[in-house]
Amino acid sequence: MQLTAKILKKPITSALISVVFGFLVAAVVLSAAGYNPWQAFGALFSGMFAKPKYFSNVIIKATPIILTGLSVAFAFKTSLFNIGAEGQYIFAAMVVTLLGMKLNMPAVLQIPVLVLAGIAAGGIWGGIVGILKAKYGIHEVITSIMLNWIALYLSNYVVNLQAFHQPNSTGTYPINTSGYVMLLPTWKYSDSGKAFLKRIPWLKEVMLKTDVNFGILVAVLMAVLMWFVLYRTTKGFEMRAVGLNRDAAEFVGINVNRSLLESMVISGALSGLAAAMSVMGMAPHNISTLAAFENNGFNGLSVAFIAGGSPVGCIFAGLLFGGFLYGGKNVQSEIGAPSEIIDIMIGTIVFFVALSTVISKIADRLAKGDASHA
Amino acid sequence: MEISDAYAVQMRGITKTFGSFRALDHVDLDVKKGTIHALLGENGAGKSTLMNILYGFYKADGGDIYLNGRKVRIKDPNTAIKHGIGMVHQHFMLVENFTVMQNVILGSEVTNRLGVIDNKKAREKVMGIVEQYGFSVDPDAKIEDISVGMQQRVEILKALYRGVDILILDEPTAVLTPQEIEDLIGIMHNLVKNGKTIILITHKLKEIRQSSDVCTIIRRGKLIDTVNPQKVDEETLAEKMVGHSVKLIVDKTPAQPGETVFEIDNLSVKDRRGLEAVNGLSLKVHKGEILGIAGVDGNGQEELVEAVMCLAKAENGTIKINGNEIQNTTPANAVKNKISTIPEDRQRRGLVMNFSCEQNMILEKYNQPPFSKKGILRNGEVRKYTSELIADYDIRPSGCEAMPARGLSGGNQQKLIIAREISNDPDLLIAVQPTRGLDVGAIEYVHKMLVRERDKGKAILLISLELDEVMSLSDTIAVIYGGKIAGTFKQGQADEKTIGLLMAGGEQNAVNS
Repeated sequence: MQLTAKILKKPITSALISVVFGFLVAAVVLSAAGYNPWQAFGALFSGMFAKPKYFSNVIIKATPIILTGLSVAFAFKTSLFNIGAEGQYIFAAMVVTLLGMKLNMPAVLQIPVLVLAGIAAGGIWGGIVGILKAKYGIHEVITSIMLNWIALYLSNYVVNLQAFHQPNSTGTYPINTSGYVMLLPTWKYSDSGKAFLKRIPWLKEVMLKTDVNFGILVAVLMAVLMWFVLYRTTKGFEMRAVGLNRDAAEFVGINVNRSLLESMVISGALSGLAAAMSVMGMAPHNISTLAAFENNGFNGLSVAFIAGGSPVGCIFAGLLFGGFLYGGKNVQSEIGAPSEIIDIMIGTIVFFVALSTVISKIADRLAKGDASHA
Repeated sequence: MEISDAYAVQMRGITKTFGSFRALDHVDLDVKKGTIHALLGENGAGKSTLMNILYGFYKADGGDIYLNGRKVRIKDPNTAIKHGIGMVHQHFMLVENFTVMQNVILGSEVTNRLGVIDNKKAREKVMGIVEQYGFSVDPDAKIEDISVGMQQRVEILKALYRGVDILILDEPTAVLTPQEIEDLIGIMHNLVKNGKTIILITHKLKEIRQSSDVCTIIRRGKLIDTVNPQKVDEETLAEKMVGHSVKLIVDKTPAQPGETVFEIDNLSVKDRRGLEAVNGLSLKVHKGEILGIAGVDGNGQEELVEAVMCLAKAENGTIKINGNEIQNTTPANAVKNKISTIPEDRQRRGLVMNFSCEQNMILEKYNQPPFSKKGILRNGEVRKYTSELIADYDIRPSGCEAMPARGLSGGNQQKLIIAREISNDPDLLIAVQPTRGLDVGAIEYVHKMLVRERDKGKAILLISLELDEVMSLSDTIAVIYGGKIAGTFKQGQADEKTIGLLMAGGEQNAVNS
């Protein structure tokens, strides 16, 4: 029983239990709507794994939300609630697109410049929130929600400026190809590339039919880097101290305001990086007029939440999310069930993660009950 | 002892374990009706656990409870109240912006037929109790505006309003001034005269002798002895409590004060409400001297410390350490100028509770060698350093380097802070309420450490609400009242009465400073 309690207390257990509950609730909803849940789940998973290109697309879909997940998780570790990942993403995507379109340097220069521009843009958008919080004590949730909308409308305005707008479309011109970060983007369509890929069918499918890019490597690298910064550097030590007990951090001489600002800049920068990877790594390599938020940032909130703020957890939570988002389309096309079911499922999972304190309470009770029998 | 209705409470063979820790081991307790019964024990001895079982907060693993000779089962605090048992906790449970009256009736309001509160009837009932027991409280004052001592009376009033006969007081004097303690003891005697029974949880020996009829000593979950406190001396009580002999008097040689290290001149600091909490305060602390500040809570002590640590703005005046003015700079600058502080609220200001002991140990030094190099923490060095300090300062449990600070007992948390601050090798060590909530053994240890640092030539500024502590530990005693130093004495120059009078705002007539 003590062991059960111990296992239940692990954050990963509550995440897994929440996922199971998410499926259960989705099954109930599906049955109620007259669909066979087994069929629906089958369609979901075949939509994720049936073909190599599906799985490749899951990873591609997951990349930006892993990064925005890391963004939210980083802020969370320092007790800030970065609900502004969405705005930071939009603003950075806009900056990267404009620069990528107007600059045309060799790839060795173009790529780093665009990536850094995305990071800087996200950092600035996050930093505004940080400054307002540190200097004037304005709550970061309020300012970042406002900045989300400002970013959305600013981006829509820019998209429709004559200098950037592609005629007869809803978007801008794409960025120059020197800024692409797909895996061997030109080689794979060349004759030698095609000849080579012909011999390995799955690779051919993945390479030619999807935008395989370096984003996932960047995301994994960032997760590791984030862990390192938080747990192995003095900066991370400072930020966590501020996050866990601001009063004590202040008392021992840590500059709390600077730490808050730095944390928001880093958090924003991660969302900015997510945007850069998306624009540079997958079609259509531009930005379009947004009727509503695309949820790249908001999904990051859910990812960070399911991961319990753990950097490595964000990778898996992001993949799960990416899988649902991509595989969910298959549920609709294959059995005709509305893809909203997937949204309900995701919602339920997040809901049960929020209830995970209940699980640890149950664990406590188990441990307690056990002790009284001893 | 037989079960009889002459006893308000009888507990038999009470046992309670938390995990593998045995908090109570077959404890018996007999509380005679109409007496004040003290429960004495160190922190963690099990006295609060025993009372929480009586009050229905915890369920005992074994044992029986008898009230007035009848066996009862108390499953929760509501049952306890129905049986006439009330408890006043160390931390008050009052609604800050409600009035005294509203707080007293909260949860058991007198209502008319429509369910509307009948204020007139409620007031009659409350005022009846106030007069019967001689409480002097203003029923219409808001909780946030009255002193801690008054708030405590409101808590007692709450219990009486619910008709309790047995009142448990958990460490009631921890936050009170000497005068308030006297008043409380007066109230307790009044209650007993009116037929109530009081169980007093405490580790303060002096008060037991002043107030109680019977004293039961608990050590490590076991019943040690039940004695008549009037017939034994404090040393004996202390020895029974900790299990070995203790020195109650601080052992120190006369101070050898050197040059002035720390000097405050004409300092003024505003509190959160914008009032001058520190109002033209001046003091000097010399090398090798403990300067103790005695005073009632809320006379500017908190703001004084905050100004020295540069957390509050000095409106006026200077704060100098080794000749450098530091007022209105940053906390980091105060630390850099070799000021170390043992803060009053160790959980809020002193520790990051969710950090491990080793992380807490380097909270001020994480960016200095050898604990980090080029911004990267060196965990091996941190561990080595922490292990040494844990051994040196006897922080328990040993091997707690990676354990979160919240897992330590209060005394050991305090040791952790003391170890950290002393190892900063400060020129000025500020100790604010350094023994608050600690037991006799830990207090003795903390006092010894402060004297040891003094003997090494450090300047020490002690701020405490415990007059006994200030008087026995300080080489120089300064009394703070209304944000000013109302008088300064060398140790032994003034008695408790003189100092107490100044603490209460009395004029400093014929007192030379």
